[in-house]
Amino acid sequence: MPDADALQTMPCFQLKGANVPLTALELRYFEVEAFEETLRDKIRQAPGFFRDIPLVVDLSRYKGPSSELDFFQLIGICRRHSMHVVAVRGGDEDQQRLARNASLALLPASSRPESPAGPDQETASQDTPSPEPTAEAARPVEQEQTVPAESRLITQPVRSGQQIYAPDGDLIILAPVQAGAEVLAAGNIHVYGPLRGRALAGVHGRHTARVFCQSLEAELVSIAGHYKISEDLQEKGWKAPAQIQLKENVLAVSPLA
Amino acid sequence: MAKIITVTSGKGGVGKTTTSASISTGLARRGHKTVVIDFDVGLRNLDLIMNCERRVVYDFVNVIQGEATLNQALIRDKRVNSLYILPASQTREKEALTFEGVEKVLNELSETFDYIVCDSPAGIEHGALMALYFADAAVVTTNPEVSSVRDSDRILGILQSKSRRAEKGLDPVEEYLLLTRYNPDRVERGEMLSVEDVSDILAIPLLGVIPESQIVLNASNQGLPVILEDESDAGQAYDDAVARLEGEEREFRFLKADKKGFLARVFGG
Ligand SMILES: Nc1ncnc2c1ncn2[C@@H]1O[C@H](COP(=O)(O)OP(=O)(O)OP(=O)(O)O)[C@@H](O)[C@H]1O
Ligand SMILES: [Mg+2]
Repeated sequence: MPDADALQTMPCFQLKGANVPLTALELRYFEVEAFEETLRDKIRQAPGFFRDIPLVVDLSRYKGPSSELDFFQLIGICRRHSMHVVAVRGGDEDQQRLARNASLALLPASSRPESPAGPDQETASQDTPSPEPTAEAARPVEQEQTVPAESRLITQPVRSGQQIYAPDGDLIILAPVQAGAEVLAAGNIHVYGPLRGRALAGVHGRHTARVFCQSLEAELVSIAGHYKISEDLQEKGWKAPAQIQLKENVLAVSPLA
Repeated sequence: MAKIITVTSGKGGVGKTTTSASISTGLARRGHKTVVIDFDVGLRNLDLIMNCERRVVYDFVNVIQGEATLNQALIRDKRVNSLYILPASQTREKEALTFEGVEKVLNELSETFDYIVCDSPAGIEHGALMALYFADAAVVTTNPEVSSVRDSDRILGILQSKSRRAEKGLDPVEEYLLLTRYNPDRVERGEMLSVEDVSDILAIPLLGVIPESQIVLNASNQGLPVILEDESDAGQAYDDAVARLEGEEREFRFLKADKKGFLARVFGG
């Protein structure tokens, strides 16, 4: 027991400003089965990625009726898949009241539109509040790149159970990616070694992203959410230098000469 | 300052305790003051292999909890000078190995010993993490099969991210592959992965290859670290591994199946 005097001079806690990355779930409509199906599909593409992450439900593109917005169901489904809804962002007064009833925090609507699809680890920043919900029209899939994106360089083997993520640009790995490991990038993935684990390029939806590796032995390769598992990859270029790209929404493997 | 060597694997039953016993005995036999610690709280195997189970009075957890001093708990080996054993508790919970407690014991041992060998429990839970956290070097004990290789890979990832050296940004933990229960006949028949396969996948330096041998089982049952069986393949392979651990170059032996025919073997051709 700390003595009583010390307790009185020491405050129980301190509040600090924090700016943590959150994943936004941009809800277009809510229908229990479709929602869970979509969620499952996302998780299948990047299982480790979604585990125990905090989620913000973004309502800026919500088109369904407010009456169908059952937050209790939504929270329950997410929790079943080990994701935690912590807040909503945007939405009208009715929707915000429903959210408050479900004990969710309210965040101001985002001032800038986001790129669709994928595990979008974007920052729901609270330091630039914009009172007005933006009503901008849907944006093209690929966002223009005006600055060179941050690439990430890894020189050590990526071991089973590890996950490496390049949230903004390319991921370059000068070592093997082992079975049971997972590498993800917003851009391309280059593996100067055997790719034995899972590689997910273009996780924010960039269709032009590619995966390159010195030996294709992958458990799974995904580009912008389109994926092939080991079984299907073995048909072509297996255990050889290869590049994988998206051609008419199908993953195509070609040899790296 | 002692060098802390953790014998680890992820997968169970691959030969960690056998290896800890032989490596610690080998280091002590080469003149280094060595202590081997059993981190497998609740199971306690090491003292059986070291043939000192009847001399255990206090254990690792007693020391951590301040119920005994290190000097009271350390058991001096009867065969090899300068070798000591710190046994595990058979009765306590794994959580009794607190971080601060383990650190304190290792620091104290570090003052007087040259080598501290840590025999890790299987898995990647608390006990295994405690055993590897303070490591300067790791002997990743692996059997030539896919599941064991996968678990070793996992452990290597943990060493790279969760060890003291990784957290403090020091030089990384030295990583060594020790392939045990290697059976060249079965490798040739394609029933087991080869040395090349395993080294290729794990991509760390090879410390040794210990052949699968009945002598290992016999030695364990007699409470004898197999490295003391100087005439045996397995004993010699462990001796080579210890020498390599100290930077000596030794050629790898016992990698090939016996090519001699039956007659040649019988008549010593
Ligand atoms: N080279 C070998 N040849 C034959 N048998 C062996 C060899 N190495 C170990 N063994 C046997 O395998 C069994 C398991 O060995 P050991 O107890 O050393 O493994 P361990 O990795 O410490 O197991 P645990 O994960 O349970 O702690 C023992 O019966 C041991 O005698
Ligand atoms: Mg053991």
